[in-house]
Parts: sequence; structure tokens; C-alpha cells
Amino acid sequence: MPIEANGKTFETDEEGYLVNLSDWEPAIAEVMAAQDELELTDEHWEIINFLREYYDEYQIAPAVRVLTKAVGKKLGKDKGNSKYLYSLFPYGPGKQACRFAGLPKPTGCI
Amino acid sequence: MAKADFEVPELKKHVEVPAIKEGAMAHLKPFVVKNPDHNTDLGFPGELVDDWHDKALEKLGDLCSRYRSLQVYLDACVKCGSCTDKCHYFLGTADPKNMPVGRQDLLRKVYRRYFTLAGKYFPKLVGAEDLTRETLDEWYSYYHQCSQCRRCSVFCPYGIDTAEISMAAREILDSIGYGQKYCNEIIAKVHKVGNNLGLPGPAIEDTLLGLEEDVWDEDEVWVKYPLDVEGADILLVTPSADFFAEPHVDGLIGYGKVFHEAGVSWTLSTTASEAGNFGMFIGSYENMRRVSMRIRKAALELKVKRIVFGECGHAWRIAYSFLNTLAGPFDFLDPNYPVPQHICEFTWGQIQDGKLELDKSENDEITPTFHDSCNVARASRMGDKPGGQFEIPRNVIKAVCNNYVDMHHDTIGEQTFCCGGGGGLLTDDLMEIRVKGALPRMNALKQVVEDQGVTHVAAICAICKSQFTKVLPYYGFEMDQILSVHQLVSNAIVLNRKTGKPEWLEEDEDEDE
Repeated sequence: MPIEANGKTFETDEEGYLVNLSDWEPAIAEVMAAQDELELTDEHWEIINFLREYYDEYQIAPAVRVLTKAVGKKLGKDKGNSKYLYSLFPYGPGKQACRFAGLPKPTGCI
Repeated sequence: MAKADFEVPELKKHVEVPAIKEGAMAHLKPFVVKNPDHNTDLGFPGELVDDWHDKALEKLGDLCSRYRSLQVYLDACVKCGSCTDKCHYFLGTADPKNMPVGRQDLLRKVYRRYFTLAGKYFPKLVGAEDLTRETLDEWYSYYHQCSQCRRCSVFCPYGIDTAEISMAAREILDSIGYGQKYCNEIIAKVHKVGNNLGLPGPAIEDTLLGLEEDVWDEDEVWVKYPLDVEGADILLVTPSADFFAEPHVDGLIGYGKVFHEAGVSWTLSTTASEAGNFGMFIGSYENMRRVSMRIRKAALELKVKRIVFGECGHAWRIAYSFLNTLAGPFDFLDPNYPVPQHICEFTWGQIQDGKLELDKSENDEITPTFHDSCNVARASRMGDKPGGQFEIPRNVIKAVCNNYVDMHHDTIGEQTFCCGGGGGLLTDDLMEIRVKGALPRMNALKQVVEDQGVTHVAAICAICKSQFTKVLPYYGFEMDQILSVHQLVSNAIVLNRKTGKPEWLEEDEDEDE
């Protein structure tokens, strides 16, 4: 099902992930978040931007621990944990945040 | 937690057999492969073939001729009813097609129609039916509501193994281009990148260096998590979720600490960075073999003497029961050690030899119970005694914890209830069956939580750990009440082999200054 953002149409797969990663723009994340009844705050964007940077370097989303550690270093230790990430992304940082960031869905035994 | 768009069953402290509800789960189907590469990379047609009817029957005949067990299972059922209340998916959904016999009959009725004399001439008398598109879709639906946990086979007087029937059905579906997205995409990734997650070498390396840093910060000891080290004694093959997810990674930290204290040299491998083997879930011997061969290749290239498997349920079934046939002979490994060895077996050996100093009090805030993972419990063994697969993980936990409680005896050991996410079902599009299928396990957990003060459940399977993380909150528990067994070990182990600060960490810090 395609999604509309910024007056353009973007192709997504059956689970709502962007098909072409290079299509991504911030408006897509806003639209996806609205579909999930979430409003993106600066805290959300910190995570989304980190995911994108990491993906650029490693061609994979960061491990949960890598993500929580990075968040902890940047935003303080009380936020460097899964609970904080789940409070921002209730469907899971790996899955929901990756989708907003235009990354492919992590697969496997996770 | 995500909101449920289905009814979450009510928890009791015991199992109640529900009154049947015909078709209760008929609506549930996982996503079908859309990207043809995910089929063709595995050797299957890219999409559903036009002559699927004949091809499916041809494959069924082929499988019956290749696996005598399958034909026996399809022939032998006498409808005694022993299995009917043994499947967690039936107990959680009340759909009679989720009774093991109901599930088997979906394939059996077609087998009878085309492969037995009575079925050919008197189909109605023997419950034989034509293969129709409806039947095909029903196979797709209900053979993806089986986690191949084999609990039913424990109770079947003929030993009929529904897992094998479900694997055969999935293989038939794959052979006509009607495969499941989740499994096939993952197997394609293993063939291409080396693990289920698609983690490239540099990402694994980054994660492992991060772990070294974390252990240093905590304990001021440099515990190494080596990757691709040629000449190491031990190759550790572990599920890629151990690099990625929680609580899995805490288990990986624990394995490293045990190896460190044991003073052995070990390594992980970029190319064999996955213990799991989804080839088994789809019943494909060819894919299972291809996935297994990576381990042999890595072991040869790295010139290791031993192979140890991390905490992964179905990987251990394949490792223990099939690896030698699939990828052997392993005559190049040291014959003094089991080929392969389970990490729990390794750790328990070290504990028995007095090599590890353990401070149990570090786990005093935890009262764990142990969830026997189905493939370890019913499809393998561990160590050199029968029942070792039950005793060794418990021995390890008891050696590192002062408090340990077992769940009800009908729900552990050989009779363990599946976590609800095994066998290729650990995907969001099957969340309804995952949550409902977890009911019997959650019931048993509730009982020990309320009556005996259990705080956590520990497991030795990546799928179980992820599944619990997801389903525990649906039943009012916390997502972090699931632990890795080696996480408990990691908490208790005293690091006596002092090693200096990692050189690269010092460099990093100098740069910061």
C-alpha cells in the first residue's frame, strides 16, 4: 500500500516499510507516525536520525544495545535503556522506529 | 505494548481444554513471498505455478517415497484422540484444525484420495478429499499455525510427529511457489549475508567491540569477543539475535566471560554468524544442508578444533541430531570433545571442574524458572546422559542462583509447552496465534509467579526469548522478565583473570581528550 507524503506517493511493502530506501524524506516519517497515532517529538527524531546514520555506515539497523548505549551517551544514562525506547516507539524501536526511518525491517529471531 | 486487535485469552493457573470453535483461526495467514528472489534463491519457483495441483501431488508422492516416516504418519492415525488437547495452539484458539489430528488430516485427506486404494475408489468412506484451491489455502493457513514443537508426538501412541507433517506440507507449498515471506526471506539472507538478520561483518565487529567496552566499564577486565580469528580452538556458532536483541546479547556477554575464565581461545565467524537454520522449518533438506555447510566451511577455514553452539533451540536440534549427516564428517575436529557441544554443556563442565568462581548472591534479586525450549527438550539431548538436555541447563542456573523454581511438571521437560513463536512463526503478521499459543506457558508461569515468587523465566533459545519479550506484556507481565541462561551466569561469574584495558579503548579516550 503506497503512502502519500509531501504531495508525492511512495511505495511501501505489506508491512508498511518503504520499498526504496533512497526515497526517504522526513515527511514520510511524519505520515507513518500519524498512521500509528504518534506525534514525532525531538526525542523521536534523535532516534530516527541515529538509525539512519548507523544504517549508512553498516547497511543494517543498530543492535538494540548499540542503540541504547548511543542514546545513553547522548541523552543521559536514565534514557539509555529499552524502556525509554519503547516509551517513544511502543511497537518496538527495532521495528517501528526503523520503519519511520525508512530502513528495512530487521528479520530473524528477534 | 502494541494494542491487540484480537481477544487475548484470560490467564488461569492451569490448563483448561476449551469447547471447540470451528474456523476460529481460518482467517489467519502469514504474508506470502512477494519478491520472487526470496523463492528462487532457495531453489523454488518465484510464484505460484499454474499446474500447482499436479505438482503438489507429485511432491507429496516424492516426499512419501523419500521419507518413510511421513507415509507411516499419514497411514497410522487411528483417531484415538490422545493428541487433541495437547497442542498449545488448540488450547489457545479452540480451533479444531489446530488439534494435531485436525492439522494432520488436512494433508492426510489428500494423501488418502490420491495414494491409497480405498481413497481412490471410496473417498467418502475413508475421509479422502480432492486437492482443491481451498484445501491448498487451508494448508497455507494451518501449517503456519504449527510451531513444529512435537509436544503432540509425546502423547501419540503411534508416535506420529505432526512437525514432520507440517514440514512436508510447507515443502510442498514451497515447491509450487507458495512460500511464506518470513522464513524464505530469512533463508535467502543467510545464503547471501551469512545470518538471519543480514548483519554484515563490520556491524558484528562494531557490536562485539561495544561489548568489550561494556564489560570493561563494568568489571575492569578485558574480556574479548573475537571474530574470525584463525587458529582459535573453539568456533562459537550462535544465533544472530545474540548480536542484536535483548536479552539475547546478555547471554552472549556471558558466553564470552565463561570462555575468558576457562582460559580457552575461541572465535566467532562472520560467515557462520548464525546458528539457526530455517531450512528445517520449511522442511527443505537442500536448504538445511546449504545453511549447515557454512559452519563446516568456517570451521575448516579458521582451523578450529571444536565447535560450540550458543543458546538456540532448533539450531541445537540440527547440531545434535543432523549436523554430521548434513555437513560431516567432522573428523578434522578434536575427537576428545563432543561434536558439536552446547554452551550449557561447556559451562557446566567448567563449573564441575572448579574452573569458575561464582557469586550466587549477585542473582539474589532474581527467582528464575526455566522454560524448556521444544527443540532442545524433545528433539535432542545434551551431555552424555539421557535427560541431560533438562538437567544441564538447570544445573547451570542452580550453580549461579540461590533461588530456583520449576514450573508445573506437566508443562516442563519432555512435556514442555512451546513459547508459541517457534517453527517460523515469529513474525508480526502471526501475532494473534503467537499470543494465543503462548497461553498454556503463561498459565504455568502465572502459577509459579503467584505461588512461589518467581520473578523471571530463563531460556536457551533465541526464538523463545524474542517471543516472550513480545507476548509477556499481553498477559500482564513485563517484557524484561525473560532472561538468557548465560545472563544469569554473567551476573554471577567472578572475573579473576585480570587483563589490561583494551588498547583501542585507550586510543579512543586519548582522542576524546
